[in-house]
Amino acid sequence: MVLSANDKSNVKGVFSKISSHAEEYGAETLERMFTTYPQTKTYFPHFDLHHGSAQIKAHGKKVATALIEAANHIDDIAGALSKLSDLHAQKLRVDPVNFKLLGQCFLVVMAIHHPSALTPEVHASLDKFLCAVGNVLTSKYR
Amino acid sequence: MVHWSAEEKQLIASVWSKVNVEECGAEALARLLIVYPWTQRFFDNFGNLSSPTAIIGNPKVRAHGKKVLTSFGEAVKNLENLKATYAKLSELHCEKLHVDPENFRLLGNILIIVLAAHFNKDFTPTCQATWQKLVGVVAHALAYKYH
Repeated sequence: MVLSANDKSNVKGVFSKISSHAEEYGAETLERMFTTYPQTKTYFPHFDLHHGSAQIKAHGKKVATALIEAANHIDDIAGALSKLSDLHAQKLRVDPVNFKLLGQCFLVVMAIHHPSALTPEVHASLDKFLCAVGNVLTSKYR
Repeated sequence: MVHWSAEEKQLIASVWSKVNVEECGAEALARLLIVYPWTQRFFDNFGNLSSPTAIIGNPKVRAHGKKVLTSFGEAVKNLENLKATYAKLSELHCEKLHVDPENFRLLGNILIIVLAAHFNKDFTPTCQATWQKLVGVVAHALAYKYH
């Protein structure tokens, strides 16, 4: 699965709209993921997972910032996320299936806040991008 | 048997009452064919699926999308009895249509995104969770008779 020039342009376009909302959208993505897929909470036993939690806001900002970073270096996502990839492989070891769940919730957040930007073509590009990010983050697992 | 709380039933009914089945169904199917192009394999006789524009404008896609979502309405009416409701459709999808059940999950996820775009903030996290549960059990019911 390769990101075409159109995909890259579509992804960059979307992320330019949302960079000022990183914390808000990241937190909402996580909240939706925890509500919709309760098994994902198993990775955060040390968090306060109530709505509005400062930890969710902080972590949401981290996740969104990483996605923005990947979008800004879309020609070399593996390079841009190399350290995060190491972290996930060695320390966090989040099961690969969960990246799809996070991706779904991120798409929902985009659909809610920017429905007109999420045309079918942009939706496709964004889905591919999120898959690529998930692949990079799990690439060193074994 | 899947258990539905009173809140879940209410969230399902209230969203469904506001859904334009024809528009929503057409959009969901079109997005499935665009976002996951390999799903086009089931629609060789649909004519022009060569671009997103062609897919969105394709009258067979629209008609089939409406048909699929209309059938989904049966789930909404029969939450306590989904396996029975979809028994015949499940056999059809296995024996005649040969559709990998993974495709039901893909379509379910697309439907959620279409609903989110339509309902915006009203599509709360709890609402999303309820609807993801619903599309999941519908997918399961449709796969149930596979052999």
